[in-house]
Amino acid sequence: MLVYLLRRIGLAVITCVFISILTFIIIRLPPGDFVDAYIASLAASGSTVSLEQADAMRRDYGLDQPLPMQYLRWVGRVLEGDFGVSMVWRRPVAEVIGDRLWLTMLVSLAALFLTWAIALPIGIYSAVRQYSIADYIFTTLGFIGLAVPNFLLALILMYVGFRYLGLNVGGLFSTEYVQASWSWGRAWDLAKHLPLPAAVLALAGTAQLIRIMRANLLDELRKPYVVTARAKGLSEARAILKYPVRAALNPFASSIAYLFPYLVSGSIIVSLVLGLPTVGPLLLQALVAQDMFLAGAIVLLLGIMTVIGTLISDLLLTWIDPRIRLGGR
Amino acid sequence: MAEPSALSIRDLAVQFRNEQGVIRALDGVSFDLRAGQTLGIVGESGCGKSVTARSILRLIDRPGRITGGQILLDPAGPQAIDLTALDPDSRQMQQVRGGRIGLIFQEPMTALSVHYTVGNQIIEAIRQHRDLSKADAKAQAIALLGEVGIPHPQRRIDAYPFELSGGLRQRVGIAMALAGNPDIVIADEPTTALDVTTQAQILGLLQRLQREKGIALMLITHDMGVIAEMADEVAVMYLGRIVETAPVERLFAAPRHPYTRALLRAVPSILATPRQRLSTIGGAVPHPGLRPTGCSFHPRCTEMLGERCRREIPASVPLGVSGGASCFLPGASE
Ligand SMILES: Nc1ncnc2c1ncn2[C@@H]1O[C@H](COP(=O)(O)OP(=O)(O)OP(=O)(O)O)[C@@H](O)[C@H]1O
Ligand SMILES: [Mg+2]
Repeated sequence: MLVYLLRRIGLAVITCVFISILTFIIIRLPPGDFVDAYIASLAASGSTVSLEQADAMRRDYGLDQPLPMQYLRWVGRVLEGDFGVSMVWRRPVAEVIGDRLWLTMLVSLAALFLTWAIALPIGIYSAVRQYSIADYIFTTLGFIGLAVPNFLLALILMYVGFRYLGLNVGGLFSTEYVQASWSWGRAWDLAKHLPLPAAVLALAGTAQLIRIMRANLLDELRKPYVVTARAKGLSEARAILKYPVRAALNPFASSIAYLFPYLVSGSIIVSLVLGLPTVGPLLLQALVAQDMFLAGAIVLLLGIMTVIGTLISDLLLTWIDPRIRLGGR
Repeated sequence: MAEPSALSIRDLAVQFRNEQGVIRALDGVSFDLRAGQTLGIVGESGCGKSVTARSILRLIDRPGRITGGQILLDPAGPQAIDLTALDPDSRQMQQVRGGRIGLIFQEPMTALSVHYTVGNQIIEAIRQHRDLSKADAKAQAIALLGEVGIPHPQRRIDAYPFELSGGLRQRVGIAMALAGNPDIVIADEPTTALDVTTQAQILGLLQRLQREKGIALMLITHDMGVIAEMADEVAVMYLGRIVETAPVERLFAAPRHPYTRALLRAVPSILATPRQRLSTIGGAVPHPGLRPTGCSFHPRCTEMLGERCRREIPASVPLGVSGGASCFLPGASE
């Protein structure tokens, strides 16, 4: 178990190193660098920059050194918690990102839990009552859920929520709390705003997970150990919940790993539509402006979050399935 | 020999209904399982042995349905219960499962859940039927594991099924079937998945437990050797019907149904000369959906009497200690 744990953590660290290298390369891929982009934007507004000025700027930002050096300098500072300075915002990256990273995680986690809370009972019901009317209804709804684009649903829900229900729509805070510092009032305000984006983001994942849960459970229900459980005299509900459902639970643990990146990236468009203060829109702006340090920091952080999500899902799997836990025994 | 019947099956019919039509998996099965005795049930694959076992516990899955007959628990006693009249999800049925009738499975690999320890699964079965504290139930479970011949039961109780060998796992399966102190045990091909040496050990264990606890054992197998060794009485099944019942000595000495004779001829003998051709039964078991008219064995029967076997269904086997065969041949039903 300990060996397994250490190996997982080791792999996670190696993956993070690769993510950082890839991040760095991807950011350097577009032709030109930040200074070129800066010059271009100045030219668009009518002013020009001399060649010497441009070179001085490149030296300032370390853009004149060889790539490996630039990478090492960047990683070294990141490890100290210094993500550099955003060249567009002219403020430290850490400050620009600020709460946004945690809000992104919060929205994604809320969506993940909502996905589970809806998919688990419906998946179980659909499998146990296969081909019942309710099963057909859930299946149909599930396919619609898979097919509808997130942002369209976001628009519809916003309209319905605002027009007919008088809900708080758009953003994660009411106007009076946007700039406020953290307080119970602000947290409560956040809680009130959270359901809508969480529901929008959870939609497709929920539909997918219901299908997976249903298929898995149908497989498990046919296995002899279910008959064993019922032959002991257990009630139907207990026999099913304790044995086949437990066995069919693996995809729920894995869903952390594969839904997480999807939720984070899926949230970019939805965040734009719903006006959420998450990192998605920020990443988009940073990439458009080739704001290297900001974009790099966001991509890196999201990547690492995903690795951590995978690690958590692996640990959950070992808890669910003793064969993994005792694999080395 | 005339022990009272612990479980009487009468004209049991089970059908599976699907798009292709109706499969009559059981078509009027009747037999008695006598208290403290072993009844062997033999028959080729697909003849309905497992369906019989499962319908007794009311564990037939959809689209299967009991369409007729009775399953009488304690038929001679004042409180006979007809299990077919109970709701499969009722309390009473849950108490019968495991508490009155235990079930041992064919596949020790898949019949236990890999997600819980052996102890967890046995203790659950014990507490389902007896009002014991966790600690007492655990002590009981350890005693039970010792009883079925598992070495170091205190240690093994915390093992997961996948950490045990097939033989040990089947012993756990037996312990689990006995956890609720049932007086009837149904073993559905309990040794088919095991190697020969382990088979002999498990059969020996079953025999010992059956005698010690006075259990009425219904042993399903397609191995005539197992029958010879274990059974007091035998019921031979073919295509969802019982074609012959007899006390075990009589079945081997004077089989009355042509199908029984064919089954006995098909048993390879170690006394046979080397490279002697194995005797087989001609033809294959027809699909239960395409049941022949008349006596359902007639297309494969070597002793067919003619038109009568094609048209008429022979009377079912007489109930009673000496048994009989469901056949038109003279003397078959005595
Ligand atoms: N779920 C089901 N759906 C449809 N038909 C079924 C189902 N289960 C059993 N049957 C039918 O019932 C018949 C008897 O099956 P059963 O499992 O009782 O055979 P068996 O005698 O136990 O055979 P084996 O020796 O292979 O275990 C089968 O031929 C099959 O056609
Ligand atoms: Mg069977």
